[in-house]
Amino acid sequence: MEMETPTKRRRIKDLNFWEKIYVPEIIKGLALTFRTMFKPKFTMEYPEVKFEPTGSYRGRPVLVQEENGVERCVACGLCSRVCPALAIEVQAAETELEKERYPVKFEINMLRCIFCGFCEEVCPEEAIVMSKDYEMAFTNREDAIYGKDKLLIPVGKLQDRIGFLRQYK
Amino acid sequence: MPNINLDGKTIEFKQGQTIIEAARDHGIEIPHFCWHPKLSVSGNCRICLVEVEKMPKLVIACSTLASEGMIVHTKNEKVVAAQNAVMEFLLINHPLDCPICDEAGECKLQDYAYKYSVGESRFVEEKVHKDKRVALGPRVMFDGERCISCSRCIRFCDEIAKDPELTFVKRGDRVTIVTYPGEEMDNPYSMNTIDICPVGALTSRDFRFKARVWDMSSTNSICIGCSRGCNTEIWVRNNEILRLVPRHNEDVNSYWMCDHGRLNTFKNVNADSRINSPQIRKDGQLIEKSWDEAVNEAVSKLKLFTKEQIAVIGSAYATCEDNYIIAKFAKTVLGTGNLDYIRHIDPSFADDILRTEDLTPNSLGAELAGIQPSKSGLDIQGILNAIKEKKIKALYLVEDDILEAFPEFENAIAGLELLIVHSTNHNRSTALADLIFPAATYVEKNGTFVNVSGVVQRIHPAISVVEQDRALDGMSMSRLDKFGTKWDRWAAGKKINALPTWKILTSVAKAMGSKIKFNMAEEIFAEMANSIDAFKNLDYDVIGELGAKVKSEISNNVKVS
Repeated sequence: MEMETPTKRRRIKDLNFWEKIYVPEIIKGLALTFRTMFKPKFTMEYPEVKFEPTGSYRGRPVLVQEENGVERCVACGLCSRVCPALAIEVQAAETELEKERYPVKFEINMLRCIFCGFCEEVCPEEAIVMSKDYEMAFTNREDAIYGKDKLLIPVGKLQDRIGFLRQYK
Repeated sequence: MPNINLDGKTIEFKQGQTIIEAARDHGIEIPHFCWHPKLSVSGNCRICLVEVEKMPKLVIACSTLASEGMIVHTKNEKVVAAQNAVMEFLLINHPLDCPICDEAGECKLQDYAYKYSVGESRFVEEKVHKDKRVALGPRVMFDGERCISCSRCIRFCDEIAKDPELTFVKRGDRVTIVTYPGEEMDNPYSMNTIDICPVGALTSRDFRFKARVWDMSSTNSICIGCSRGCNTEIWVRNNEILRLVPRHNEDVNSYWMCDHGRLNTFKNVNADSRINSPQIRKDGQLIEKSWDEAVNEAVSKLKLFTKEQIAVIGSAYATCEDNYIIAKFAKTVLGTGNLDYIRHIDPSFADDILRTEDLTPNSLGAELAGIQPSKSGLDIQGILNAIKEKKIKALYLVEDDILEAFPEFENAIAGLELLIVHSTNHNRSTALADLIFPAATYVEKNGTFVNVSGVVQRIHPAISVVEQDRALDGMSMSRLDKFGTKWDRWAAGKKINALPTWKILTSVAKAMGSKIKFNMAEEIFAEMANSIDAFKNLDYDVIGELGAKVKSEISNNVKVS
């Protein structure tokens, strides 16, 4: 049986003659730079220019507010149960509305949230969805806990995401 | 004993047992909704269908008597198909309410839908609509759509509460449950129907929507509503009690407890009236002080009186351990024989089901632990009279409200030179106290109660006070307790700065030069087992979760009331 001789592989640091003299490499690099200057730009001047994500983007989770101003949430607590980071706290209470149950308190701790989207996936009412909002800055822990005032977003503003969910979920 | 063959396994049964009972005795669960071990057999849910060889059709295990040589199949193809079919029928008109239903997480229908159902419905028509949110009584809410008509609640009222209040009306898929005309479901045991309801049709108006069952922890405990000592579970979230449910103990309360015990024995724990720190009265005002300051104050004040001038009142609400230390403190540290406790007897509360006329959980235990006047000492009436005659000038009152019990002695008690009170909440007696020690409630400490028939039963801490840590002290923990930090609002529940009575008293005793020293309630019980005949050979392990009888001839001799 014939032994296969291992072919000697060229390593990146083994430079050839042209590479060793350096100048052609400089010219190659500059050529790439000049070429790129005339191509369309990929960067944007944030924050003057904002990034507008598509429906598939997972920004901060928000609660859907129906057109009549009532939250869609029935405070079942599944988002809170499924949340791997324990970011969500829901306190249910009774309402006279037909849905019987509503969240008297709904808080998401944005310091805990990992934007995984499990809450949205588990929600039986399509009441919590991931928004396009990625701008969150706080200077203390208390500010990072978003209550219903910050979480409720009118359903009209969430059509992109809801459309995406209905198509792909 | 005769045998049946169940899924290839030979099991013994007692003559007269049904198949479901025989299987249950051997740890095999045949699914059931309407059958309950303590209720009559109704046989309407059909989920317990099993195949018995040589019988022409499947039979229901709950009403078929086991007989010698029977060969029963509970898992073969025919039975599984029948279970699927029954589940499909039951789910036809059951609403998809689970997200708003309190039963979710402990629902038999939910569990069986996973275990015995194919998971798909062929029913596309409109479900039957019935009344939702019907208040059957002051404590129970009914949802007609969720009801699967198992009739457990009806049979409970008829057979256990002995107060028929509920009945079926209408037929077929429109059948629903109502109270008899002009009646409401207000029997003193009505809330047990919530526990035995296999679905969320009956819910507690008190607990409704307060919490998800998977967010809570449960701790075994004993009800303090009367001297029956019903076994309970305390359900806690974020260091707050949300509900009590009965725990099965055939020797004490079976599966039941009364509504009074369920609703009225825990609300004081988180009430605003809770005493949150030792307090000393200065110029008529109660001022919060540290434990050391309060103990020193107690010692220096108590030393001003001779032993004839002091009386100690123990408590039938406190544990045996607490009372043992109270008795020891009174006899050896203060040297007084003026020692008794206040009886709370209300014959109108008693019934022939569970309730007893003694409204305290531990009067027998208090007496066994030594809360009795010495031969020359005064009993409770004697103490009260002596206070009136100003012979007794200092009173050490533990975990009771003497003014509530004896309002006619208000002026006499106000005239005491020293009133030291251990109390969980502010009450009429603390309003007059010179020194208040905040006492831990029965849900915040370890200990034992002796019930009316002489069964010693354990209580466990379910709520942590300042000195406790759920993890380090081995308390039961929910998921939220395990992962919460001090920055999470859902884990930052209020903690009270209180201590069990025995701990407070041992530090007062120590400051007075006594050698009484215990680190935990279990050590006190061990000493009691050594020194008190009734508790001989008992320890916390022997008592376990279901209790143990104290020596009967002794418990029979002690006459309460």
